[in-house]
Amino acid sequence: MRQMVSFTLKGAGYDVIEAIDGQDALGKARTKQADVVLTDLNMPNMDGIQLIRELRKLPQYKFTPMLLLTTESAGDIKTEGKAAGATGWLVKPFNPDQLLATLKKVLD
Amino acid sequence: MSVDIRQFHQVYFEECFEGLEIMESGLLDLSIGAPDAESINTIFRAAHSIKGGGGTFGFRAITDFTHVMETLLDEMRAGTRQITRQAVEILLESVDRLRGLVVATRDDTSVQQADIDDTLACLQDLLQDNFFDASPRTSTPALNAPAATGWRVHFAPHPQLFMTGNDPARLLRELFALGPCTVVCDATRLPARAAFDPEICYLAWDIDLHAPISEAAVREVFEWVDDDADIVITPLGLLPASAETAPFLAPAPAVDDPRNSDRRQLDRRLGERKERAAGGGSSIRVDIEKVDALINMIGQLVITQSMLSELSVDFSPHKLKDLHDGLVLLERNTRDLQEGIMNIRMMAISFSFNRFPRLVRDLSTKLGKEVQLKLLGETTELDKTVLEKLGDPLTHLVRNALDHGLETPAERVASGKPACGTLTLNAFHEGGTIVVEISDDGTGLNRDLILAKARERGLLDAHGHPTEAQIYQCIFAPGFSTAAIVTEVSGRGVGMDVVRRNINELGGSVDVESVAGRGALFRIRLPLTLAILDGQLVRVGHHVYIISLVTIIESLQIRADCLTSVAGQTDIYRLRTEYLPIVRLHSLFAVDPDSDDILKGLLVVVEADGRKIALLVDELLGQQQVVVKSLQTNFRQVEGISGATILGNGTVAMILDMNGLVRLCREDSDHNPLVHATPKVA
Repeated sequence: MRQMVSFTLKGAGYDVIEAIDGQDALGKARTKQADVVLTDLNMPNMDGIQLIRELRKLPQYKFTPMLLLTTESAGDIKTEGKAAGATGWLVKPFNPDQLLATLKKVLD
Repeated sequence: MSVDIRQFHQVYFEECFEGLEIMESGLLDLSIGAPDAESINTIFRAAHSIKGGGGTFGFRAITDFTHVMETLLDEMRAGTRQITRQAVEILLESVDRLRGLVVATRDDTSVQQADIDDTLACLQDLLQDNFFDASPRTSTPALNAPAATGWRVHFAPHPQLFMTGNDPARLLRELFALGPCTVVCDATRLPARAAFDPEICYLAWDIDLHAPISEAAVREVFEWVDDDADIVITPLGLLPASAETAPFLAPAPAVDDPRNSDRRQLDRRLGERKERAAGGGSSIRVDIEKVDALINMIGQLVITQSMLSELSVDFSPHKLKDLHDGLVLLERNTRDLQEGIMNIRMMAISFSFNRFPRLVRDLSTKLGKEVQLKLLGETTELDKTVLEKLGDPLTHLVRNALDHGLETPAERVASGKPACGTLTLNAFHEGGTIVVEISDDGTGLNRDLILAKARERGLLDAHGHPTEAQIYQCIFAPGFSTAAIVTEVSGRGVGMDVVRRNINELGGSVDVESVAGRGALFRIRLPLTLAILDGQLVRVGHHVYIISLVTIIESLQIRADCLTSVAGQTDIYRLRTEYLPIVRLHSLFAVDPDSDDILKGLLVVVEADGRKIALLVDELLGQQQVVVKSLQTNFRQVEGISGATILGNGTVAMILDMNGLVRLCREDSDHNPLVHATPKVA
């Protein structure tokens, strides 16, 4: 999944910072500033919602768009994600075009 | 790089006039009280396109005005408004006003603002009125409608919107992408500068989205901020009319003298007609079906082409039949394509005829005559160029018929005819030509007076016995005074000689039939198109010339006993009871013939301008359609040549101009009595 997303984004000319889980992501976010954060919901060590909640506490990530990659059925998760500070979500499965269109929307 | 949008103005104005005509005829057909959904839709769509285009090009006056009309039509369409006679009349008036606005915008002139405001106020009244009457009924049909004409979105983000990384500007941009929007920003929540927190969202927006899209599509834009903002989406059609149209409310109209307004309207219409005739000649609007048909043909041509090229890869004699079949197919494709493309330039003659009902009514009133106009064959199609140039000669002939042909009611009754005269315009196909006839049941031409006048002026031989046709052709002679024949001076504009010249320029001819006391008929024959010609190829020496098939009467071998030479110069050929001047093409164009012996050649008898001549050629080749290339634009005008074409073998061939040849021949033989004489054997 991560490879697919990374491949698509690099192909479209974005610089991509990959992280293996929430913990890893948070660590990398402290040293590097991203323009947008894409996170899966279910990850070991720290899940996506927890990651967003933690990132929002960092001053440099206060207004950064953060998108949750989630499945359609997870209605409650969307609400929970919003409460944690997620900007929006992308419903799985999605194709590369949808991914790029959504990113373009928040980065424009 | 920016696009110069002005290049599209012309097309837009044409569309406007077309749309206005659709609206006008649609409104006239609308049955009061029993709305026909499709007619209203058609009218609405026309208004909507005019408004849309106006918006695109920034023609504010047109957009604003049409918007109000559109609102009214929309209500009619949604069934929330009864179609009353009053409403239809106001809409018809609006169509007139809008037409004025479009003309003014096109010509960059000003309009009678009072008229516009007047009509706007009427529309406005109607709309206001309805809102109270119809409001109880509005909800059901509009909610059932699949899509509204637009949506009003109230978007008031909660103060913490930024905290989720959402940006209202992004959402607005997304909304703009759906269609044209008008946005009103509500900044009332904005605090004083000291209390301002940049992390709080203070602003709210009201957005009018003018696009017929689904509500779901609008909701989708705000999907991520559903919980972080107050969002209210209402269809635009359901808003109170006053709120929608308030900016267009006009001041009370000035009181106008109705007689002046009638007069102005007439002047305006006449002026407009002139402008419309003068402008807009540069583009053509084509039925999409014609274009689709062309694309189909191109597809077939490509298939044939690939078939042929495949055949050529390893060609061997036993594939000869395939090659032949392929070429037959190619020929058919080419012909279809040619016809298809010609078809694009074809327009119904009603474009030309449509001006006459009004012209005849106005002129007959002025002349104190009663005239019934009959238009026949209005759907006959002919080339756009031909059609445009036909307008003036046709107008002149119609005016003449009204002025000189038809009598006053009293005169008509005295001669035992119905008081109301009849003027008929008829168009039809005949062979490869279009025939347009203008006939009246008036007095007819005065044969004796024309004959006397023609003899006096030397146009006809004093002692000859000219045919009726030859006599009537004299009225087309330059400077032939009609004042001697008629009581009143003819209409302004072109004279009869110019009528004939115009028609000749189009490759056509005009002739006259007349029965004294019963009426006259002018028959104009025109080629279907100026771009392609059915030609007979003839050879003179090493050169090939093309003669238009429609001018050829017959071709024959020369018999020595029919040949007469006059004054050692002009050869005359006796064909049955007629004497025809022989034109030696080889001496005219200075080429070497096969033989100087005239008996070894062939004669092609052609007719033009009501006269026949015999062309001497060496050989008759095939007949084929040729594409006419102008000689004038590429070289210069040559007497006797109307153009050139490229033959299958790549050589250039000249197309002979029969009218020119006849003229040349007449100049040559002016002192030759035989050429003018008719059935009198020498």
